[in-house]
Amino acid sequence: MELISQILDLLLTPAFAATVLRITTPILFAALGGIMARRCGIMNLALEGSMLTAALFAVVASALTKKAVLGGVSAALADPALVSKATTIGMIAGFVAGTLAGVLMALFLAYMAVGLRADAYLAGLAINTMASGGTVFILYLAAGEKGVSSSLDSGAMPFIDLPIIKDIPVLGEIFSGQNMMTYFAWLCVILVYVILFKTATGLRIRAVGENPHAAESVGVNVKKVQYIALALSGLFCGFGGVSLSMSYVQFFSRGMTAGKGFIGMSAMNLGNASPVATAIAALLFGFFDALANVMQTLSIPVQFVQAIPYVATLVGLVVFAIQSENKVKKLKAKQAK
Amino acid sequence: MTSKQIERRFNVLKTAAAIFLALGFALLVITFVSEDPVKAITAFIVGPFQKASRMSNIVEVMTPLLFTGTAICIMYQANQFSMIGEGAFLIGANLCTWFAVTHDKWAGLPLLLVCFIVAITAGIAAAIVPAVLKVKFRANEVVSSIMMNYVLLKFSDYFFYYYFRDVPSGQQASYPIPAQIKMPKLIPGLRLHAGVLIGLAVAVLAYLFVYRTKWGYAVRMVGANQNFAKYSGISVMSVALSTQLIGGGIAGLGGAVEILGRYERFVWFGTQPGFGFDGVLVGVLAKNNPLLVPVAALFLAYMRTGADVMNRVSDVPIEFVDVVQGLIILFVAAEMFMAKYKHKLIVNNAKKQLEAKEAAE
Repeated sequence: MELISQILDLLLTPAFAATVLRITTPILFAALGGIMARRCGIMNLALEGSMLTAALFAVVASALTKKAVLGGVSAALADPALVSKATTIGMIAGFVAGTLAGVLMALFLAYMAVGLRADAYLAGLAINTMASGGTVFILYLAAGEKGVSSSLDSGAMPFIDLPIIKDIPVLGEIFSGQNMMTYFAWLCVILVYVILFKTATGLRIRAVGENPHAAESVGVNVKKVQYIALALSGLFCGFGGVSLSMSYVQFFSRGMTAGKGFIGMSAMNLGNASPVATAIAALLFGFFDALANVMQTLSIPVQFVQAIPYVATLVGLVVFAIQSENKVKKLKAKQAK
Repeated sequence: MTSKQIERRFNVLKTAAAIFLALGFALLVITFVSEDPVKAITAFIVGPFQKASRMSNIVEVMTPLLFTGTAICIMYQANQFSMIGEGAFLIGANLCTWFAVTHDKWAGLPLLLVCFIVAITAGIAAAIVPAVLKVKFRANEVVSSIMMNYVLLKFSDYFFYYYFRDVPSGQQASYPIPAQIKMPKLIPGLRLHAGVLIGLAVAVLAYLFVYRTKWGYAVRMVGANQNFAKYSGISVMSVALSTQLIGGGIAGLGGAVEILGRYERFVWFGTQPGFGFDGVLVGVLAKNNPLLVPVAALFLAYMRTGADVMNRVSDVPIEFVDVVQGLIILFVAAEMFMAKYKHKLIVNNAKKQLEAKEAAE
């Protein structure tokens, strides 16, 4: 009983809710990337590797441009105006480079799976393997380190205080002062919804995902649509990577995605590739991840707590499967009538 | 030539081309990043053969891959893309060590056998979750097995930390593994151990299972065409379930062999050892034929040993091997890679057959 009340004490704070939002961010981006791929009929297993690569390139590009703008002068000694200019340029460069890296990784998958007709699962796994080794390799070349990019002075996306909301007691603590990428992630949920359901491209993507032959028979260029959908998938992975290494922490560390790409994909599965349901599922996974973080302070073995998000994903897969089975049953019953 | 022969010849050529292209890429990268590319490349290519200890090391590195590669072959034969080999390997090694250190008074052989059984059971138990989720709920086994691997990693960490960690020793390691069940060394003075023989036996047995038994036929049928298999009366569900469980069991055994062959104590804490993912490359290179697993595993072990040597004598980090590994999988898996060449092979062959026919008439 005491344990439960301890847990509740930890959970019922605005700080915890804010943590959930923070932790959900990369998961949500990965899940949105998963939606775009799933909707065009291709499982993108490379979400994990794409995010990891994006995170690395964001840090490297940000640090390099910052250094270039400062012109070799250490940030502590340089003119404050120059430092702030360098920080801004570095931030933009990091964001652009990370996003581009995500898109390129996804296009690479598209070329393999669509262009060269490799098995999408195998190609995805192979790209993840390449990313996990390749990022360490590039990190070593760029920073001379294999673990953490601590010698690279990279930047962060801005933290934003929301006007008005920040002065409301509890809500302000939860929603205000988050990183820009967190707000951006939720805007992207709307963006994905609009792309999929309000544009011609979205209609084509969905048609190709439902039945590529039918889409082709009415003159849709299936390959092109799949390339576009996967590029969009990579775009969100790129955002996800930036949110990993350029927001709440400002460094890259090897394997820093730690399964977030796969968790995002599970959230997409749980939400059945619908943007809103997927976002809610991502929030749920973020909640469990945050729970694992705060429960480490209690007397529960830390491994159990850390396993929660993954077990939750497995449960989520089952729930999703039962759900869709029930749907099929209902449809069949309707037809029988 | 029959079309089967063409297919086989093409597969060999394509795999070779994939390996050469990937290695070529590797050499190119080394040349660009290394201060002394000649030294680095020599270390990478020739290094593994320069000392008896390194050659023994190749076989040592190959041993776990025999298990995870064979596991992948059996599962992929039935189109079950489970990644559970990774977690099953870890949990097999973990529980094997636990049983060994808690029953260290037992005689060698009985303890060894029970340890193997524990490891195999652990591997099967690990594989049950994604397998059942797949056949019962049609949940994607790729995602669920990868999630399960994380759960198994956390469980392994927990079990190790609280049940058989050697606290007084001050290291992050288990109690020492009893000497009587360590894998015997094959050649005096080298680290090469008997585990490789078990691995080879497992690969051969798996081959006999897949290609020489009725059940194995059902497995291949399901892999080739699930609907056809279903209409011929093969239970697709039981094939999906059994191949995943067998795969888990083999990987679990591999974990036991690896820990008893190469380690004094259980030391895998906090990270996955990664043999399951390497198994994918081995399976892909072996075209899912367990009999080719030793060749594929040997190649990967050679490459890893080479990279390791290079990592020590030059300035090129070992991680670039992952990139090469991924490239090879991509080239081999890409259907359209060298498709024109395959087309040419088939056309030429058909022409020849026609000419032969006309000449005979």
